[in-house]
Amino acid sequence: MPETDSAGNGSNTNTRRCRRAVAMISCLVAILALGTQGALAQDADRIAKLEQQVAAAQSAGDNAWMLTSAALVLMMTGPGLALFYGGLVRKRNVLATMMQSFALMAFITVMWGLVGYSLCFGPGNSFIGGFDHLFLRGVGAEPNSTYAATIPQQTFMVYQLMFAIITPGLITGAFAERMKFSAMVVFTGLWFVVVYAPLAHMVWGQGGFLNAALGGRFPTLDFAGGTVVHISSGVSALVCAIYLGKRLGYPKLAMPPHSVTLSFIGACLLWVGWFGFNAGSALSAGSLASSAFVATHFAAAAAVIGWAGAEWLRNGKPSVLGAISGAVAGLVAITPASGFVTPMPALLIGLTAGIVCYLMVAVGKAAFGYDDSLDAFGVHGVGGTLGALLTGVFATQAINPLFKDAQGQPLPMGLLEGNPGQLGNQLVGVLIAWGIAIVGSLILLKVTDLLVGLRVTQEEEIQGLDLSQHGEVGYDFES
Amino acid sequence: MTRIEAIIQPSRFEAVKTALHEIGIEGMTVSEVRGHGRQKGHTETYRGREYEVDLLPKVKIEMVLPYNLVDSAIQTILKHAKTGKIGDGKIFISKIDEAIRIRDEERGEAAL
Repeated sequence: MPETDSAGNGSNTNTRRCRRAVAMISCLVAILALGTQGALAQDADRIAKLEQQVAAAQSAGDNAWMLTSAALVLMMTGPGLALFYGGLVRKRNVLATMMQSFALMAFITVMWGLVGYSLCFGPGNSFIGGFDHLFLRGVGAEPNSTYAATIPQQTFMVYQLMFAIITPGLITGAFAERMKFSAMVVFTGLWFVVVYAPLAHMVWGQGGFLNAALGGRFPTLDFAGGTVVHISSGVSALVCAIYLGKRLGYPKLAMPPHSVTLSFIGACLLWVGWFGFNAGSALSAGSLASSAFVATHFAAAAAVIGWAGAEWLRNGKPSVLGAISGAVAGLVAITPASGFVTPMPALLIGLTAGIVCYLMVAVGKAAFGYDDSLDAFGVHGVGGTLGALLTGVFATQAINPLFKDAQGQPLPMGLLEGNPGQLGNQLVGVLIAWGIAIVGSLILLKVTDLLVGLRVTQEEEIQGLDLSQHGEVGYDFES
Repeated sequence: MTRIEAIIQPSRFEAVKTALHEIGIEGMTVSEVRGHGRQKGHTETYRGREYEVDLLPKVKIEMVLPYNLVDSAIQTILKHAKTGKIGDGKIFISKIDEAIRIRDEERGEAAL
């Protein structure tokens, strides 16, 4: 029985090691006790310096990951989303579609610096942040200990900015191929202030109405933006699709994607970028980031199988567009759950999202008859809602002991851990996000319509938005 | 002079072109075209929506040849463009009244 022998030897060795260690510590204590007062003071100095160095090392590690994550999330919009959406439209609209994502990278950034960051994360009330950080006042190298104590507030600020860029970007899929560029700029700019900022503050801001970590009235678990990013954009997308009306000729005229190849590259970039989106939402480089990274990846993989598998059964062929759409649906659904669930529930969440979003897009959309050009609602609205609710089912203290009793002991998190109330909280979060998105978008569409008009003319739509809005074409192989 | 217009499967084009060169045919005009004869198109499905694609990509080869090359050209095209499946294409033959080379204004077969 060699195992027993070696185990026995091991424990003997351990005992010996322990004794030696105790003896050494006793010696050290004796030496310390013999030391003078001056030596003690010197030691205290040294310890303080050591603590400082440890903190600096942690900060360096965390900051490195968070800056990387910020860059990854920006990559999701450009080129990720731009390629994903750009490939799905007809070729006369490819540039205009890409430009919508790119324009957001520019003007949401400017707005974020001027007012956005302050409205989302500045100290405020339960519903919106205040003006303390207007023009990024007070946002520098010092960490904002409320949100992320180990990274410069500038890092936190720029990381959160990338979320604010991609969220309105997702909506553009619903009004693709028919909205004026000017209308898109006005609408998404207003939407960012009226819908995104309050939701971000409510879910993530200190004292926000739905904040689970910082004293909210209805603690809603949303690790990386299931409600703030995906429900808000997906539901607003549905409102846009209905308000703007169908594209000319829809659904009679064939409008197949002009390049699934571009969409494929975009979806792969989205998948990779999502590691920054979800794992980065740990706001540190520790084990929670690893856990979120793993959950994210597993959900995406399972969702590919869910969507393409369902398609295979129903149509006889698993399509590439189905596989990549499935990945995005899974990534959407795991977003709120990524920092709260173990890998196996992540698989389940992804698989469910893949199947449900496929049915919504392939069956539900046709049944309801709205023209959500690129299925922003079917993927982000439906996947986001599903993910938010399933987070309330599968969240576990083993991954993220966010809820604690008065003594600091961890409390059950999700339904399966014995906290059915959390599902109710998740539902409140979902309903509020749906409500703000619907009401906000309706009002803003009306305002935009009055200000600049929403739709391009029939001639411009037939000509394509590339030429009519930007005076260019995406592909000119004759030049 | 005879004009030969062959509409063939894109996948057979390289073989046909090489074989035509081998029998001494030097000039041709090639275009990528779309169309269908009896071969109906196919169905594409994107996110559950089916699209009927009835115009399929084909390659059109146009040549104007002296009479002595016409038969061998037709035989070569038939041999190399045929897959035996529906959709292999067609050959159209017509008479040409005159040919003029723009560079030196030479006329007739000498201009080919």
